Amino acid sequence: MATTTPDYRQGSFRLSMLIYDSRYRAITIQIVFLMLLMAGFAWLVDNTIQNLRALGKDFSYRFLWQSAGYDINQTLIAYNSTMSHARAMVVGLLNTILVAVMACALATVLGVLAGVLRLSNNWIVARLMTIYVELFRNIPTVLWILIFFSVMAISMPEPRAFRGEAATASMLVFDSVAITNRGVYIPEPVFDRSLGDLDLRYFKVSVDLLAIIAALIASSWASGRIVARANRIQEETGIRPATWWLRLAVWVLPVAALLSALGFHLVKPVLPETGIPNFQGGIHMRNSLIALWLALSVYTGAFIAEVVRAGILAVNRGQTEAAVSLGLRPTLTMRLVILPQALRVIIPPMISQYLNITKNSSLAIAVGYMDLRATLGGITINQTGRELEAMLLMMLIYLALSLTISSLMNVYNARVKLKER
Amino acid sequence: MSEAFFRTEMLPQQPPPLRETGAVKWVRENLISSWLNAILTAVSLYVVVVLLAWIVPWFWNSVWIADSLSHCREILAGRSGGCFAVITERWLQLLFGAYPPALYWRPIAAFVLLFVALAPMLFTGLPRRMLWFSAAYPFLGYWLIWGGTPWFAVTAALGFVVAGIAYRAFETRGGAVPLIAAAAAAIVWWVFLAGAARGALDAALPVGIEFVRSDRLGGFLISMIIGVSGIALSLPIGILLALGRRSDMPIVKMSCVIIIEFIRGVPLITLLFTASLLLNYFLPPGTNFDLILRVIIMVTIFSAAYIAEVIRGGLASLPRGQFEAADSLGLDYWRAMRLIILPQALKVSIPGIVNTFIGLFKDTTLVVFIGLLDPLNLANAIRADQKWNGIYWEIYIFIGALFFAFCFAISRYSMYLERRLKTDHR
Repeated sequence: MATTTPDYRQGSFRLSMLIYDSRYRAITIQIVFLMLLMAGFAWLVDNTIQNLRALGKDFSYRFLWQSAGYDINQTLIAYNSTMSHARAMVVGLLNTILVAVMACALATVLGVLAGVLRLSNNWIVARLMTIYVELFRNIPTVLWILIFFSVMAISMPEPRAFRGEAATASMLVFDSVAITNRGVYIPEPVFDRSLGDLDLRYFKVSVDLLAIIAALIASSWASGRIVARANRIQEETGIRPATWWLRLAVWVLPVAALLSALGFHLVKPVLPETGIPNFQGGIHMRNSLIALWLALSVYTGAFIAEVVRAGILAVNRGQTEAAVSLGLRPTLTMRLVILPQALRVIIPPMISQYLNITKNSSLAIAVGYMDLRATLGGITINQTGRELEAMLLMMLIYLALSLTISSLMNVYNARVKLKER
Repeated sequence: MSEAFFRTEMLPQQPPPLRETGAVKWVRENLISSWLNAILTAVSLYVVVVLLAWIVPWFWNSVWIADSLSHCREILAGRSGGCFAVITERWLQLLFGAYPPALYWRPIAAFVLLFVALAPMLFTGLPRRMLWFSAAYPFLGYWLIWGGTPWFAVTAALGFVVAGIAYRAFETRGGAVPLIAAAAAAIVWWVFLAGAARGALDAALPVGIEFVRSDRLGGFLISMIIGVSGIALSLPIGILLALGRRSDMPIVKMSCVIIIEFIRGVPLITLLFTASLLLNYFLPPGTNFDLILRVIIMVTIFSAAYIAEVIRGGLASLPRGQFEAADSLGLDYWRAMRLIILPQALKVSIPGIVNTFIGLFKDTTLVVFIGLLDPLNLANAIRADQKWNGIYWEIYIFIGALFFAFCFAISRYSMYLERRLKTDHR
């Protein structure tokens, strides 16, 4: 047997051991792989340099500081066409984030509702929700966006129809919301005794908003203290004091006081009796925003419904039975036993649905919503001809957005995860 | 003492109370079991009635034969109704785009043969020899749809034959040697020999069918082409990426992680714009190839990253003992993967893979934004026609119904597959 022992026991090294010896093979493969990868990358970069030179272009991001020269019809921060392409990019990014956040919120509500109702023992409700889920899941998002846009732009009444004695359309919710074919007009919150804006050089932040957020944070802290105190009393005496009215007061009173101090009121959109029929005042939500928002929400809501359903079904039936036999009421069973366990299953796929919404918001191109793709990846490219730079930057921004969302949600996921010891 | 009473015969069985049988019981349990349920039922019924009262007359009155939208409106005379005459007139265009009508049999044949090619993979009862047809199908399908000389497809296919021969020749050598030999042989064939072989075959046997340019392709044909080729190509790439991501080698692992996370982090539409705007920058000067091919490449890369994540989940769900068992049998990496790990991991991943495929098929509609004539772009083209200007719902319903039929069928098939392959003991 000793004659078959390979030489490497003695420490001498042969070149063939790079392939046949498992100690070195992994390193060999990786070096070859890395060389191939770098060669491929170098090939791409070399091609790009040659192509750019042939076109007489260079690779530079200086265009970002040039004047954009185009208008954006929905801006969350101050913007006009003399500002830079970078500013336009930020406006687009904020619009992307706006529609993504709105759609995430509505999709979660719709999805949780549909997912729970699909499990209901009410036959007709369960069937309706099944139809909703299957219908929206199996038809492309773009088609839904176009359908919602067409509904808004074609089937809704013109502003003119709201006017006069024989008005064929009327406003909703105490005459404060007007749904027209030019968009939806909703009341605008206005502060009569506003604290003004905080100028942060690049953009302005409303101090009123900051004050309200501060009040809410304080309320949250106080509410936590009240619960902690109730817990302590329960530990000591065995009797839990009623806290709901205290917590309600802590949440409502400071904000209400602040709002009245700031002179808060809503300005409803009004249609002038004469002149061009167009609503004045209030916030104008364009058709593009509404269509994109609703389409993304109902489309992703169908997926979230399935996620929620699977999560609830994943909780062992014995858990419910155990909770019932402990004497917990159905609402408490849901809140204390089923939901915490279902959430563990629900959250990871939910993260990817939120990511999908953010990425699908780039389908804004179908309805002309001015998102990041439309500003940086659209008009800016057309005006400067910097497609390489702008596309790369846009991809990086979307990548950063996705990674931010997934890491935030992963933090939350880690908090609800089963603590295994 | 009182006299005890004993019944000596059984009472006849009573029918159950009316409220505990038949329809009444069903309604009580399923529709009005509680106050909340009763309210839900009432609301749902209201919604259903409102929707039906709106949709049914619209469909019932719809016009199927008319020259134009205004003609439709004349026929309807103010009633609510759809104008499906546009579908009657244009459905072939929505299916085939600008494909020459005389040649419609070719895409139809390709479509039918697709199912023949899929059959041995879908139904295990069929003879295994049919898999040879499945292997030949991509080339056959390409030739049927684009036409021209068959020798291009034949010489391309021969590359795989050459690769197979090389694999066989080196099969006894372990490790990745046969794979590398096969890849090298195929590349040598395609780069150096295929062109000459094609020229020789063309000169010897100049046959062929009419060539159809890519810009004549459109409608569902283009969705199917992009969807099917993206699906077929992304599965092997996805498997490789997933294996790379679980590899012990840090460099391989890092590269795969970066590729997967980058692609999953950006919207498909940016990749499609890259295909249409930027690919010319990355390729050698003067290269210019078909937009459809570029889109297929991008769509493939895109869905491969998603498939890789799905398969990674499948790999992670396998117990460690399976890997160790494969090692202790003395199998090398590729054999262990091929014979033991992947069959199990892929089986677990089927629902996820099918969902990715359905998503990919739906996402083929995004090519409208880079100017390919997919069904949505054709809808715009139809509206641009004076006769059908202002028609929306009918076209959307037609397109939506076709997509729904496909995606729904695929998802139902995946459920069936999942049940059939289920071998766990729970």
